[in-house]
Amino acid sequence: MSLIKLKINERTYQTEADPDTPLLWVLRDHLGLTGTKFGCGMAMCGACTVHVNGEATRSCVLPVSAVTNARITTIEGLSVQGDHPVQKAWDEADVPQCGYCQAGQIMTAAAFLRKNPKPTDAEIETAMSGNLCRCGTYHRIREAIHLAASRPKK
Amino acid sequence: MTANRRTFLKVMASAGGGLMLGFSWSEAEALAGAPGAFNAYLSIAADGVVSILSPNPEVGQGIKTSFPMIVAEELDVDWKQVRVIQAALDTKNFERQVAGGSGSIRHSWQRLRKAGATARRMLIDAAAKRWQVPASECTTENGFVRHNSKKLSYGELADEAARLPVPAEVPLKDRKDFRLIRQQVKNIDNPAILTGKPLFGIDFYREGMLFAMIQRPAAFGLKIKSVDAAAAKAMPGIVDVVTFKNNVAIVGKSTWQVKKAREAVKIEYEKEAPLESTADHNRILKTLLDSPEATVRRKDGDPDAAFRTAAKVVRAEYQCPFLPHNPLEPMNFFAHVRPDGVELVGSTQTPELARNETAKLLGIPPEKVTVTLTRMGGGFGRRLKADYVLEAAELSSLIKAPVKVIWTREDDMTGGSYRPAVRYRFEAALDAGNNLVGYRLRGAGFNVGNSTREDNFPSGAVDNLLIDSVDQKSPITTGPWRAPITNFLAFAEQAFLDEVAAAAGKDPVRFRLDLLEKAKAKPVGAIKYDIDRMKAVIQLAAEKSGWGKKKGQGFSVYFSHNSYVAQVAEVVATKEGPSLKKVVAAVDCGVVVNQSGARQQVIGSVVDGFGHAMFGNLTFRDGAPEQKNFNTYRLIRMNEIPEVEVHFVDNGIDPTGLGEPALPPTGGSVANAIFAATGKRLRQQPFLEELKEATF
Repeated sequence: MSLIKLKINERTYQTEADPDTPLLWVLRDHLGLTGTKFGCGMAMCGACTVHVNGEATRSCVLPVSAVTNARITTIEGLSVQGDHPVQKAWDEADVPQCGYCQAGQIMTAAAFLRKNPKPTDAEIETAMSGNLCRCGTYHRIREAIHLAASRPKK
Repeated sequence: MTANRRTFLKVMASAGGGLMLGFSWSEAEALAGAPGAFNAYLSIAADGVVSILSPNPEVGQGIKTSFPMIVAEELDVDWKQVRVIQAALDTKNFERQVAGGSGSIRHSWQRLRKAGATARRMLIDAAAKRWQVPASECTTENGFVRHNSKKLSYGELADEAARLPVPAEVPLKDRKDFRLIRQQVKNIDNPAILTGKPLFGIDFYREGMLFAMIQRPAAFGLKIKSVDAAAAKAMPGIVDVVTFKNNVAIVGKSTWQVKKAREAVKIEYEKEAPLESTADHNRILKTLLDSPEATVRRKDGDPDAAFRTAAKVVRAEYQCPFLPHNPLEPMNFFAHVRPDGVELVGSTQTPELARNETAKLLGIPPEKVTVTLTRMGGGFGRRLKADYVLEAAELSSLIKAPVKVIWTREDDMTGGSYRPAVRYRFEAALDAGNNLVGYRLRGAGFNVGNSTREDNFPSGAVDNLLIDSVDQKSPITTGPWRAPITNFLAFAEQAFLDEVAAAAGKDPVRFRLDLLEKAKAKPVGAIKYDIDRMKAVIQLAAEKSGWGKKKGQGFSVYFSHNSYVAQVAEVVATKEGPSLKKVVAAVDCGVVVNQSGARQQVIGSVVDGFGHAMFGNLTFRDGAPEQKNFNTYRLIRMNEIPEVEVHFVDNGIDPTGLGEPALPPTGGSVANAIFAATGKRLRQQPFLEELKEATF
């Protein structure tokens, strides 16, 4: 066990954890940030997606020791009021069915839109194909990403 | 409506029983003792906020939104004033707290309407009393009672109204007056889902609880011979390693620590049942189709004679593999077995079963077990079983501590309770005029019982018919998978009907309509589907898809779980193989309660049905599943979905369910469209395997 310091959602957290613990489980078990979800444990489903220095990253295979100096954002910190353009678009398109995968979808989409603010369908499909939705809400995810992209930036 | 204020308060107390938590899981806490409680379903606060309890488990079918919508409709209240609360298991006040069989809306429709209408009536009575006017002269609108120019808000009346006698009979709204039902209402949990609030079973944490993973046998048919846990017990964070039944549970202080320690446990197994492989299953299923010991499910007329005298006979066999459910939230459950009772928290489609089986296992009365319902990260039938709840309860009783048992994806995918593999043999006899005069279907499967649905169309439309089934026990555990039986049977039936239509030289849609007209004019035996409703969805799908005007179209229609769905799939042949462009679905589920939820439910079912028909395949070697995670088990992704167009009939009939019915027809419509586009008949799932071997 070591003392781990993390910068998450513009706050500093401190916890005792084995250095090889995936960031996902530190977030969930140690820090009570349960918005980031466990789905497969091998970066195949995207449910655990967070931002590490602004990049969409699978936290289930990322040892916490690798991100002690990084700027981490989870779904809880994507916006203060839950009003990030992607979150708003997700609500407007009424995307969630069960909702379990959606935090990961939103984090992937938010990072993607920062790089590609006006994506085509094909670009969205490429960017989002690493995120599984078992309920099949893909159409609405695509619609929501277009919606978010169509909004004027602040 | 017998529930009164007192029983409601009792509900609140029991729902609030598990509330010594870090954060509020059972939101019902806030309501305990609140004034303005009308019945088990709803209470109205002085500020006009209406709290509606949703008793059924939410698994993504949208029940936590649509149930309260029905109550709010009859109550005649502004949806913005409604707060929805997930009820705990409460068999005294609620019935059928189950997420399964697409049965929630159908079962509770009247009950929910009455709950809303009764409270509305009591609010009117309170206002009439206050104004000293006849209740019959009062009206309601959006949370207000009105009489001429006077109006009072529900909030102002609630406390007084809730104390009035509960009327025995209340009129329900005329359906043309619905203002909320049939609208697009967003998922009630969107704000929490989209900001990552703890909602799901796996998100439940309690101060001091322990974490556990369980090592189950790697293959079906093995049992534990010996366990050496010395190394694992010495690892950091590990509290105990406990063996019970065929399980070795590693208990510790964090998920990651128990996962690592599990790898250090040495377990020897021995064989207690045959270790089956997929090659064995394929051989057994073929043998079963020739078994002399089939169970007859339905027999009309003289099928043998019809086949002896047939001008033409069409025969085909269809097969589907085992499938895991793979809800994205892996199995997990929290249990705390205390001397005075048991607390269960987590994602379950059947909380009552979980409670009763836990009580039986521990030898205590069911009243000693509470079940808090969490939002589920999918179920697809996997959470209709209580095995994973019982494991948590048994482990908690052994270690005498609160514990959450977590399954990894590999545990989940190899842990059993699969959709069973099945194989069907179909035979159709056509007379010289190309009329379907004889029909035989035999189903064979593992642990499935009756793998047919003998009263399905075209039963009732064929003079001579025999449907039977053969079943074989397997050590591989099986269970319901979204649209049980019909998720594979519909594909086989609808694809075979296409073959028969082709052999008869008839258009597939005309062929089905002719059969339905015959069933109507001259029914054979019992008819368990509504001929007119089935015809209506067929015609709607044909019309909306431009049936017959395009190439590569495939048709299917299915009645399951009390709803009717017809589909037209459109496939384009490319050099790489056929590509599914679009599916048009026509749906009759009666009244569409929530346009938004219902529409997505159909789209999602088409995506799910297509994805599994195309890719889903769980194979076995020596009793062990060969696909263990999403690297080898393929689920459909965004770049593989077709366009989906949904049309509802909405004939005003009482609503039926939609969690399943749009899935079964998908395999058939897609297979038939692939035939139309390429000439290749697909008779086995996954289609991908069949298409690999085809040349285009």
